[in-house]
Amino acid sequence: MPDDEERGLRMKYINLDHISSNPLLPEVKQAMIDAINRDYHNPSSQHKAGEEAAAALEKARVQVAKLLNADNPKEIVFTSGGTEADNHAIKGAAMANADKGKHIVTTNIEHNAVIRSLRRIKSDGFTVTSLSVDDKGRVNPRDVAEAVTKETILISVMHSNNETGTIQPIEEIAAIAREKKILFHTDAVDSVGIVPFDVKKIGADLVSFASNTFYGPTGVGGLYIRRGAKVYPILDGGVQENNKRAGTENLLGIIGMGAAAEIAVRDIDRRYAYLKSLKDKFLRELPQYLDEVIINTHPVHSLPHLVSASVKYIEGESVMLMLDDEGIGVSTRSACATGSLRASHVLLSIGLSHADAQGTLVIAFGADNTPEDVDRFLKSLKTVVTTLRDISPLYRKTAGNG
Amino acid sequence: MMYNKVVMDHFRNPRNVGTIEGADGIGEVGNPLCGDMMTIYLKIQEERIEDIKFQTFGCGSAIAVSSMLTEIAKGKSLAEAKKITNKDVADALEGLPKNKLHCSNLGADALQLAIKDYEDRKAGIQRPEPKRKDEHEHSHGDKCYCPYCDVEIEGGVTFCEACQHDLKEEH
Repeated sequence: MPDDEERGLRMKYINLDHISSNPLLPEVKQAMIDAINRDYHNPSSQHKAGEEAAAALEKARVQVAKLLNADNPKEIVFTSGGTEADNHAIKGAAMANADKGKHIVTTNIEHNAVIRSLRRIKSDGFTVTSLSVDDKGRVNPRDVAEAVTKETILISVMHSNNETGTIQPIEEIAAIAREKKILFHTDAVDSVGIVPFDVKKIGADLVSFASNTFYGPTGVGGLYIRRGAKVYPILDGGVQENNKRAGTENLLGIIGMGAAAEIAVRDIDRRYAYLKSLKDKFLRELPQYLDEVIINTHPVHSLPHLVSASVKYIEGESVMLMLDDEGIGVSTRSACATGSLRASHVLLSIGLSHADAQGTLVIAFGADNTPEDVDRFLKSLKTVVTTLRDISPLYRKTAGNG
Repeated sequence: MMYNKVVMDHFRNPRNVGTIEGADGIGEVGNPLCGDMMTIYLKIQEERIEDIKFQTFGCGSAIAVSSMLTEIAKGKSLAEAKKITNKDVADALEGLPKNKLHCSNLGADALQLAIKDYEDRKAGIQRPEPKRKDEHEHSHGDKCYCPYCDVEIEGGVTFCEACQHDLKEEH
């Protein structure tokens, strides 16, 4: 049995967990190293050194605004990432519009940053209607329209889901919000930089995004706030970010995100096509290697790089650990792999049984993967799943293999 | 890595995997809703565990617990085997992450049920096929444990008084 170190030396580690993070692009690294070497001052300072920093900050804002096709770079508010952006959108919109009403419409499959922000403001008297989704994780726009009341001040529906990769009929939902003059927020953390994204075409008022989705640094992201949308800051203090988010900006991170955004704008079509080719190859060839796998990802309306696959009769953490030994990193949504040991609310919402949810893997391809990586992954997956099914009493019982 | 070397060794190379044809006692605990399920098979010779095998549906620690349990139990007299506790298994594994301690309950419970099954059969007691529980999400045998501190809790509670941990669904 080789130890961990030997294993690492022997083979290239294949990262198939690009939904958790992405490696920095070389150009992003270079931009950040250059920024470090420039010894930038505080962008809010009014002397020359401060102005130089402010110029770098605003350059990044323009780069990011282009990625979202925002009219005005001032509509971009830099945050510490997707979670802060979601908190800002929900809590900020709720506080700013409480005089108009206290009802919010959302879905059952949102990220915890949205779900828990909504739970937090319930104590301020807000009520939330959370809509169910179909077995591929899509919400019906008609349900959204029916859930709206006179009291509704915000509709928040994620663009794509981080566990299933399914993309929502977001333009139709945004149109409902616009018609009824309700603010519309979409958590697009897993979409921006991966799929072509246009805030004007979608018609969103608030859009959360994160830099590490598009090969920028972690810990930085932003919230698009359409001009005129009424949203309070959730961080109070100085006048940074056009009075929308206090605190000295994470300039190095933002410069990295700006560089990543510029490359995403340039490469997005090619990136999309390449990622989709890896995913299509995997889905096409998977049945030759394994039977009894449920694909939870929508066949058409989904992220180009993500597959959620529930492998029956086995548990995901075991698969993840064994694949790790084989030099392959994947993510699992098994309850056993979470701190709380509770099954994923997203997987239960799309109608999976607890047992099938346990065997769920999230496979997310990246620009650094090759078709050969997919081949090696399929072979290793077959080996690992066969080993674990041989141990599993469910396989024996259900499939009559015993 | 969240697991220590002993746990990973038993996970990577589990001992005594499989079933026993014509087993003298079978014990099954957990259910797929719990996220883990374990079946223990016993071959008894002169009131001693001559052979033991397991099948497990579960995470890394559930598989390691099953493997270690069979190693501890193999060759023991039934009287000795009845004294094997969850703690013995966890200790032999040199510890489990706190929220995985409940997996060790599974092992010893399955063994005790298998021994009981053997004794019942010997005494001529017929038991109906155990039905899998579908309503209760967090039961092992007949009991519920907090995944964080392992104290026994009531089914359906959303907060562990002992360790002050929230047990609600993640939404």
